[in-house]
Amino acid sequence: MSYPENLKYTKEHEWVLLEGDTGTIGITDHAQSELGDIVFVDLPKVGATITKGSSFGSVESVKAVSDIYAPVSGAVTAINDALGTAPETLNSDPHGAAWLIKVKLSNTAETAELLSAADYQKYLGE
Amino acid sequence: MSDTTDLKRTPLFETHIASKAKMVDFGGWHMPVQYSGIIEEHNAVRTGVGLFDVSHMGEIEVRGPQALDLVNYVATNNAAKLKPWQAHYSALLYEHGGTVDDILVHRLPNGDMFLCVNASNQEKDFDHIKSVVAGKKFDAEVDLASSRYAQIAVQGPKGLATLQKLTQTNLSEIKYYWFTDGAVSKTPARIARTGYTGEDGFEIYIAPSEAPRLWNELLKAGEEFGIKPCGLGARNTLRLEAAMALYGHELTASINPLEANLVWIVKMDKGDFVGRTALEKIQNAGLTRTLVGFEMKERGIGRDGYEVWVDGKTAGWVTSGGPSPTLNKNIGLCYVPTAKAQPGQSIQVIIRNSPVEAVTVPTPFYKRAKA
Repeated sequence: MSYPENLKYTKEHEWVLLEGDTGTIGITDHAQSELGDIVFVDLPKVGATITKGSSFGSVESVKAVSDIYAPVSGAVTAINDALGTAPETLNSDPHGAAWLIKVKLSNTAETAELLSAADYQKYLGE
Repeated sequence: MSDTTDLKRTPLFETHIASKAKMVDFGGWHMPVQYSGIIEEHNAVRTGVGLFDVSHMGEIEVRGPQALDLVNYVATNNAAKLKPWQAHYSALLYEHGGTVDDILVHRLPNGDMFLCVNASNQEKDFDHIKSVVAGKKFDAEVDLASSRYAQIAVQGPKGLATLQKLTQTNLSEIKYYWFTDGAVSKTPARIARTGYTGEDGFEIYIAPSEAPRLWNELLKAGEEFGIKPCGLGARNTLRLEAAMALYGHELTASINPLEANLVWIVKMDKGDFVGRTALEKIQNAGLTRTLVGFEMKERGIGRDGYEVWVDGKTAGWVTSGGPSPTLNKNIGLCYVPTAKAQPGQSIQVIIRNSPVEAVTVPTPFYKRAKA
């Protein structure tokens, strides 16, 4: 699996797609691979506020539950309802169809701290 | 990844690495948690056959004229009821009634006893047995024999057909919880019709040096049945559906087997055994907590260690929990006050600070159809 260049990444294994002041957030291929078969996703509601570095939800696999940390701060504008009935999409298409939430960024300066695809892959290799 | 160089390895370690299994630290052992995926492996065992490396399990041999008497003194079940080549589930207890380990006891025709014990408990079990029999003058010796055995489990409805291709022993003549000594692919093997999956199957004990070859031959023999190598992840979901206890979860040093619904392996009338006096007192006073099965009613998964509420108050904790691939429900085992331990009791599992509705249910969650 490759890591798309148009996404930004965190060391907690989330990705974010930045389009203007909108961020689409998901978990990385590495994260889904470490978790194994994903069976349940717990996400905030539209309108909720998330804060960079804080947990905003969780992903559960057969063997474990894992917090998802916000790569940026903002207000939730959409959640991916399809994951409620098909959480396994997170295993098959983590960087695409299995996006988790969209947020309206409250502080675009925060994005400077995110990793590029190359830097994230280097981090994984260490 | 954390440092794994100090972890113990089974004779199949290189095989797991070569097949790209995902490896984890399991009680000090570097073990495969999954190969292709827990659900796929789980389903292979329920519908076909799965192969498990369980070489981390410990073996203790008790040899001599009073081997049976010694085992009957240190373990709760009545070993005198075992026929030669028969096995049963049993437990080692502390004097205070808490559990040292849960074990399998095998009786050999010459009177020797063969114990299979949990991996991370084996030294503790051995030391415990030596210390409680010290001064008791049993004419028997106790030997920690783990380094002489690898153990492979062949589990599932096609387990017999798979293993049968590699042995002259007529496996269908071995009944559930019986065993024999024979050969598998020309190497001496102890072949037991036992398992930890709730499915039919066999556990075979062989020389460690033969394990990689046998592993590969078993995979080939099971190919036509869709055999899958399985990791500890599937082993856990399978045993949970069968409501089999896992030491460190349902049983610990502070939990006695009566609380864990294991009264059937505690034979109070067989004579003295370590922990008997304490259990008698506990029985007379009445149990305060009991292990029960539960199903989640709302979205959420009750995991090990999560708090359990009954009637709006803290009442117990989850010992094991997770999704059941066979039943497609979220299930678990938990301790609750004995007065609330009947099936149908409404409980709440505290998941990330919120009470989530669950209900107690009879166990096992899954029972295979009788052949």
